[in-house]
Amino acid sequence: MTDFERRLLNEFQRDLPLTPRPFAAIAEKLDCEESTVIETLERLTADGTVSRVGAVFKPGGVGESTLAAMAVPPERLEEIAELINGFDEVNHNYEREHRLNLWFVLCAPDRARIDKAIAEIEARTGLTVLDLPMIEDYHLDLGFPIQWD
Amino acid sequence: MSIDALDRAIIKATQEGLPLVARPYDAVAEQVGTSAAEVMARMRSMLEDGIIRRIGCVPNHYALGYKANGMTVWDVPDSRVDAIGGKMGALDFVSHCYHRPRHLPEWPYNLFAMVHARNHETVDARVEEMAASLGEDDHGHRVLYSTRILKKTGLRIGG
Repeated sequence: MTDFERRLLNEFQRDLPLTPRPFAAIAEKLDCEESTVIETLERLTADGTVSRVGAVFKPGGVGESTLAAMAVPPERLEEIAELINGFDEVNHNYEREHRLNLWFVLCAPDRARIDKAIAEIEARTGLTVLDLPMIEDYHLDLGFPIQWD
Repeated sequence: MSIDALDRAIIKATQEGLPLVARPYDAVAEQVGTSAAEVMARMRSMLEDGIIRRIGCVPNHYALGYKANGMTVWDVPDSRVDAIGGKMGALDFVSHCYHRPRHLPEWPYNLFAMVHARNHETVDARVEEMAASLGEDDHGHRVLYSTRILKKTGLRIGG
């Protein structure tokens, strides 16, 4: 990773200008051509170093969401994970080291649809879903400083 | 904090990222049938309302070597959760920090903070620092490491 790429990644995680040519504004700050900024971001996006360039939306900022947890017997994990992943409302699903070993996020335009999805998951698995909706969000997302090796 | 159909269309058109072209807002405007000035004004207003948290480069931390992600969960006094959450949420290695309900008896934790580092040892060290700074307010905590990502998609709306 070049110094230029590192600066591009660390210094422009926020405040991409809302001006007609935002990459030209970055280029001016980094003292390079607009096309260099665009080509570098294209390359870093293509190789997976950058997920995307754009807006980071507040989780649950549109519609409702909750964090759900289940204690799944290990031998049923694959089957149940697949069932849960089949729901459009589910956008993250992690296996974690705990008795409650399956953790997933449900998002929907309204709370009723989340309740319906949870009820259906409980009915189809015979297991309880712990429903942990956000009460307060404390994180002020300013980006994440990357410390290079 | 409400959004209308045009806001939703703009979110839909940009949630996978802005097009990497010289005039990205013009490209989005064309897609949703409005002007670039309107797209920028709407995005600015969503930024002010907190619907958009930031606009910029979103690095893939996993690809950059931040492979350890520990969901830390804390049992802290309800009367102190806002003060403690505010401090934890401001730590630069914390990417999400939420107050959530307890579910007694099986789930006593009311504060969640996602801690990212290159390895588990560093996450554990961060958690030790966090616990030390809580002192008596730490009525118990745990780190739940993810062992597998079973599904991960970005925010999607509509449908």
